[in-house]
Amino acid sequence: MKASAFDYVRAKSLPEALDLLARHGEAAKLLAGGQSLLPALNLRLSAPEILIDISHLPELRGISTTATSLRIGALTRHVELQNAALVAEHAPVLTQAIGHVAHAAIRSRGTIGGSLANADPAAELPACALALHARIVMQSPRGERVIAADDFFTGLFATALLPDEILTAVEINLAQPGDVHGFGELARRSGDYAIVGLAAQGRVQNGKLAALRLGYFSIGTKATLATKAAAILTAGGGIEAAAAALADDLEPHDDLQADAATRLHLARVLLRRVISGMMPSLKAAA
Amino acid sequence: MNITLTVNGETVTADVLPRTHLVDFLREHLELTGSHLGCEHGVCGACTIRLDGAIVRGCLVLAVQADGGVVETIEGLSDSGEIADLQAAFIARNALQCGFCTPGMLMAAQDLLLHNATPTREEIREHISGNYCRCTGYQAIVDAVETTAKQRARAQ
Repeated sequence: MKASAFDYVRAKSLPEALDLLARHGEAAKLLAGGQSLLPALNLRLSAPEILIDISHLPELRGISTTATSLRIGALTRHVELQNAALVAEHAPVLTQAIGHVAHAAIRSRGTIGGSLANADPAAELPACALALHARIVMQSPRGERVIAADDFFTGLFATALLPDEILTAVEINLAQPGDVHGFGELARRSGDYAIVGLAAQGRVQNGKLAALRLGYFSIGTKATLATKAAAILTAGGGIEAAAAALADDLEPHDDLQADAATRLHLARVLLRRVISGMMPSLKAAA
Repeated sequence: MNITLTVNGETVTADVLPRTHLVDFLREHLELTGSHLGCEHGVCGACTIRLDGAIVRGCLVLAVQADGGVVETIEGLSDSGEIADLQAAFIARNALQCGFCTPGMLMAAQDLLLHNATPTREEIREHISGNYCRCTGYQAIVDAVETTAKQRARAQ
């Protein structure tokens, strides 16, 4: 199908983009990589009056480190994320996850900021942001605001972004000695939306798994941290006890790909695979 | 809106509606009908073209977004001879039947070979997994891409 008619404006700076967004409000949609927005427009699931193209804003570009954090500009394209040495060093779960995001011709355009702001429950990057304890940086006419990823994803395609805010960057703590990560997703075909997926981040301390965060996606209405399962694993409770606790952590949904019971089963399959990959000793114990 | 971009080496200026996506622009305004529209929501890969050196879904980029950009289509790659060997291998292996997916398939295959000169069959399958062919069952396409990779490696 063809998109309905809309106006288009290419913002040249962040202040200009914020001004345009304030002026047009909910009639506007921000356009970055467009790999979720364009399908929605073509299918007429979305019919904004104006698109504000933010893809040329220099303020939203670049990957850098400070003394404590890795900062990834919102406009970082998936292919850039995939190839960035700093990301591989400090957030390798992102490097691993990105290969599962659609296909090369989509990864060349899609952006991390767009994926997080879109908050598709089936998307890989929101779950990675949760697993990595990422901080989301947003800008509005009132200034900058930073919130934890835990508080950012509020529901189905819903986030804490206010109507006049633009997501500008993602910040992640620098990697520490002992950091371990794992990622897995189950999909019918390469590049398809996952039936269920898991991004995991933790640290091995004194031979034990600590600071474990399990970010599930494609199960329920939003990317979800499995906090009970993670607590059991870090307390030494074993993989099977953690797998059982996923029934409390997750709210699996039914759709054409799988029913809720199948999803929960597959979430447990992924937990076993991903955790035993991160901590081979746990596999032997389980 | 007025846009100016480079298409297959030629500078093009045109007046387009913002809602016109790049493949409609190429097909309707420039009569470059080699890029095909299948699903028009980024799933099938028939519209695969190059924008600023990287392959993209032509149906998921607006023509106005390509203002100032460099577009290359199957016509450009075909005329320049860049993929002549790949095209010959597709014919030799019978890697097309109806041909609808072929322009996108060639764009994706060439993108792979530029980034990975000696891909495994698994890597070829992975890279073209976003390009649907409803005729061949892919085996012959993978054969053709693999054959081309080996030929190019030998010619080095």
